[in-house]
Amino acid sequence: MQWTINGQRYVAEVDVRTSLLDLAREHLGLTGSKKGCDHGQCGACTMLVNGRRVNSCLTLAVMHDGDEIMTIEGLGQVGNLHAMQSAFVKHDGYQCGYCTPGQICSAVGMLDEAKKGWASHASASLTDAELNDAEISERMSGNICRCAAYPNIVDAIREVAGLGDREPVLVAAGEVGA
Amino acid sequence: MFDFGDGKTNSLTMDKPHPVSLLDTGVQGVISHPLDRVDGPLKVSGSATYSAEYQIDGLAHGVLVGAKIGHGKIVSVDADAVKSLPGVIDVVTDFDTFIKVPQQGGETGAPTQGVKEIDYFGQIVAIVLAESFEAAREAAQLLPITYEKSEGTYDFAAHRDEADKPSDAMIPAHYTQGDVDQAMTDADVTVDLTYITPSQNSAAMEPHASIAVWEDDALTLYSSHQMPTSGAQQLAKSLGISAKKVRIIARYIGGGFGSKLGIAPESVAAAIAAKQLGRPVKAVMARTQVFDATVRRSNTEQRVRLAAGRDGKLTAIGHDSLTSNLASEEYFEPVGIGTHFLYAGENRSITHDMVRLNLLLSGSMRAPGEAVGMVGLECAMDELAEKLGMDPIALRKVNDTQTDPEKQVPHSSRQLSRALDDGARLFGWDKRHAKPAIQREGEWLIGMGVASATRANMLQQSSAKVEIHPDGSATVSSAMTDIGTGSYTILAQIASEILGIPVETITMSLGDTNDPPAAGSGGSWGAGSAGSAVYLACEMLRSNLAKAMDVPEDSLTLKDGMAIGDNRSRAIGDLVGKGMEATGEIKPGKQEKETTQASYGAHFAEVGVNVVTGEVRVRRMLGIFAAGRVLNAKTARSQCLGGMTFGIGTALTEDLIHDTRDGKLVNRDLAEYHVPVNADVPQLEVHFIDERDIHANPIHAKGIGELGIAGAAAAVVNAIYNACGVRVRDMPITCDKLLDGLPPL
Amino acid sequence: MKTFQYERAASAETATTDAATPGAKFIAGGTNLLDLMKLQIETPGKLVDITRLPLGDIESRDDGGLTIGTLVPNSDLAAEPRVIEGYEVLSRALLAGASGQLRNKATTGGNLLQRTRCYYFYDTATPCNKREPGSGCSAIGGFNRILAVLGTSDKCIATHPSDMAVAMRALDATIVTLKADGDRRRIAIADFYRLPGETPEIETVLEPGELITAVELPKPVEGARHLYRKVRDRASYAFALVSVAGVVVMDGTTVKSAALAFGGLGPMPWRNPAVEAALVGKEASDATFAAAADALLADARGFGSNDFKIPLMRRTLIASLRELTGA
Repeated sequence: MQWTINGQRYVAEVDVRTSLLDLAREHLGLTGSKKGCDHGQCGACTMLVNGRRVNSCLTLAVMHDGDEIMTIEGLGQVGNLHAMQSAFVKHDGYQCGYCTPGQICSAVGMLDEAKKGWASHASASLTDAELNDAEISERMSGNICRCAAYPNIVDAIREVAGLGDREPVLVAAGEVGA
Repeated sequence: MFDFGDGKTNSLTMDKPHPVSLLDTGVQGVISHPLDRVDGPLKVSGSATYSAEYQIDGLAHGVLVGAKIGHGKIVSVDADAVKSLPGVIDVVTDFDTFIKVPQQGGETGAPTQGVKEIDYFGQIVAIVLAESFEAAREAAQLLPITYEKSEGTYDFAAHRDEADKPSDAMIPAHYTQGDVDQAMTDADVTVDLTYITPSQNSAAMEPHASIAVWEDDALTLYSSHQMPTSGAQQLAKSLGISAKKVRIIARYIGGGFGSKLGIAPESVAAAIAAKQLGRPVKAVMARTQVFDATVRRSNTEQRVRLAAGRDGKLTAIGHDSLTSNLASEEYFEPVGIGTHFLYAGENRSITHDMVRLNLLLSGSMRAPGEAVGMVGLECAMDELAEKLGMDPIALRKVNDTQTDPEKQVPHSSRQLSRALDDGARLFGWDKRHAKPAIQREGEWLIGMGVASATRANMLQQSSAKVEIHPDGSATVSSAMTDIGTGSYTILAQIASEILGIPVETITMSLGDTNDPPAAGSGGSWGAGSAGSAVYLACEMLRSNLAKAMDVPEDSLTLKDGMAIGDNRSRAIGDLVGKGMEATGEIKPGKQEKETTQASYGAHFAEVGVNVVTGEVRVRRMLGIFAAGRVLNAKTARSQCLGGMTFGIGTALTEDLIHDTRDGKLVNRDLAEYHVPVNADVPQLEVHFIDERDIHANPIHAKGIGELGIAGAAAAVVNAIYNACGVRVRDMPITCDKLLDGLPPL
Repeated sequence: MKTFQYERAASAETATTDAATPGAKFIAGGTNLLDLMKLQIETPGKLVDITRLPLGDIESRDDGGLTIGTLVPNSDLAAEPRVIEGYEVLSRALLAGASGQLRNKATTGGNLLQRTRCYYFYDTATPCNKREPGSGCSAIGGFNRILAVLGTSDKCIATHPSDMAVAMRALDATIVTLKADGDRRRIAIADFYRLPGETPEIETVLEPGELITAVELPKPVEGARHLYRKVRDRASYAFALVSVAGVVVMDGTTVKSAALAFGGLGPMPWRNPAVEAALVGKEASDATFAAAADALLADARGFGSNDFKIPLMRRTLIASLRELTGA
């Protein structure tokens, strides 16, 4: 079997039961993608397969023979971070960091989907959905963050999507303790 | 203050206030600033290494096996039935040594050991080893185990009348002052209400994982631990070896929230298996096993009695709780921990009784005590305010106090009323309708709720070493951990501020028991404890640098790698010879008795309740917090966001359900145990009140990781009532619980 | 997970013969099958991978309908302009289900075949007639919050978890299959699923080796309003407690036609002609809607922790009908 992962060709013979996630983590030394539940219920394992975000725990490596796969390691590296990775750092879009690679891969895939005009459950109209906080939250709900960096994740994605700063939720202005 | 015995240790016991802090006089200008996490680039690029990710040659894959009965014993394990499967190496169990339950945080002994007797469904009884994860998983699923079942107790409601008084622990199990019954009889206005909270799971994203590597008789365990120092002691005791022979490495921890305070079953299983096989073993719990066999927050039943005069002044507070745990365990969820000191009131009864059940261990989960106890207290305050016809904020302010109502000592620093006032102003509390079910937008009924926040502050013995290298860089090392809390960053900021060494040139080494011992991450004590240890090490280094410069300490300025004093300027690296190091050590002292220490705040929530379905959505939420010095405004805010979201989960979604027939956990995955997802969480706001607590520690910071959860759920619950007029006292408030009370369509 | 023989299908025809052997299964998206295989709830001896077959197109038919290849991912189907235009309820239902990642993998055919999320089905340590025929139903007498109130038997009270299939039911979809003997058949979705009865392990009328190749939708209903409303325990990424898929045409204030299907209620995407009969030709009013709800729930029976689904469904249906009819 062979896969192109992060632009590099890998050849390996693995147990037919090996998930794409376990291929990366246990066989190829690519441990950036995380195993949080192994059942498609948390999103920590999200990779981009042929450009689309998927749960790599719920697919077999053997089924992806010949596919183009992007993991967090390929998206950007320390010193050469992808814009989404930098935005997560800037906005503190993580805490423990375990769901983070999945969040970031998911966010990158999600913005592609939005660019294609795909709507979401949060869209009032299915034909001209525009990204906003509610849209981003809905579209990112397949990535659980127990540390609950959600508002910061939304902020990071807003920045990369060019949406600017969000509006404050407070009704009154003023300094605390002023 | 300095221990000049070895000239390298600066030890401080907090017996006296510490009014002066070098963090206020440092000029590096990094402390409190919202710096990006120093470990950020590693985390966002997938290159931070978590426990199961160390690449170790010859690793055998271990998959754990859980018991399939709720109570009874093992008759036999038929290992031969699976050993012949391709790739399987062995099945290992040790009925005496395997641990039955995880250990509670901070204990130095072994947890309850012995797994032949089954006390709860899913109890880990064996580990299957194979050359691949896939082979081990298959064999673990197929491993035939014969059991002898016996009657178990699984139903809290059925056994609630058999509750007993547990041993005193973090707080006394029972505390009474005055006569609550009499005060309830005498009072103008009273409430006597019962609140229910279910069992919960921490559900950290990284499952519990250990890699065990033996070299001769010494064990290295790469393991996901909040408190490696005590974890190594627990592991050594469990294995019957010297603690000196155990090293735990936990550089990155994928969340803990209490579930990784003590060692869990996979650690001992991996260690024993590795020893038997003579090769390293990796054991990662499946998500279902994290649910089945680590630790839960106990369910609670809380009777809250409040008595007040017409002016709202409380004359009595009763908070009597029932929780549950295994018969062998004494830990109880300290439901009333915050009730002891949050409000004044002469007559008090705060009790904890325990129902013994054959369910997995109950132990600490984020803000043990307050997280659920404040649901009872703060919802009852809301109900009392309504009965009094008072604004809920006014009621809380009337009962604010600067003196601990039980110990009669001052609060070290407390800004509850100010937090309530600031929050009310910022949140637009004046737009709230005192009468419920007034505001409607389409299908949504809108309401606001408030709750106080408080979390007891703790200081734990901790140490850290700081070295300055000849090139002017520095290294900070401690067995402290960063579980997402920001320890890497704030400890670097503390060292940077005092030593004038840029954060970028400070190397952090955490999570290794070969480094100076520390209390780790739990109980929100990490920043105050390890931070003080780093502070003390730097204080000594600063003193030594002054000597090396030959200037008085108070005229030494350290900034950007330069030491300046007496009109001279030297590179710090030039003053340290081959290197200069110091160890700082902090210990709790008389201050924790002479003052009551806690962090405070206020939660405000606005919710919508769907008038058709009873679905609840949090629309916005604000937390105002005062927790001493904020060491990093960015990471501190994130901690609060996380806590507030746990509060949303407590109020709305999280419910760990056991089948009362056999003790089997029903919803043991992330599809059916509902932690909040992104769409459940609105744009939360967090504000801090600038504060110093000179009684807490030399850095004047108090715990913040759990403050955000304490009271958050209550604010949501109170908002739900304000929105729709339905009081639900049984958490979580899923739509079915509101349906009956909603207006007809 | 037990090991299995893996085969990549060369053609639909060989796939069906390969999969007709005992213990063989098709795999496409795998999002449900692999989930279950990891828990050894599904233990196929052979997997026939159909993902590279040319069954991923969406084609307009001359009769004005749409033919959806079985491999069309849920996300592509939801975003398909012809679906949004003519079958909005389907797009809405798809978007209400699972997560972005899962929708990118899960296929049209596979979604129809999702298995129940019953807690006890998912736990091999407990009896379950669907998983292990004759072992008993743990959900009856156990915790059954998410389980069925209609169409149950004393052997099983599982629900079908799909959102998409509920919309398909409201749209009168037809499932096109290829059998191992080379025959093709077209199965109305109304005839596709089976009630549990005495054999809850048998969920559809598919025969061994029979491959869903496509799903056909009839010509869009002209002038219809579409709605998919889902009630769940969190805002997203959760299965339905109850859901309604509706396609309604009005003639002034009178209901001209109505197609309504329901999720979370029964062992299959639920549809009851009596509900529609209570609406068609009637004035859109709360009394009419109440009659429709009565018709739907007349035989509903709760099992304790799912009792609330009955009033919840009633309210949700009435509100949905208000929206669909503009009343």
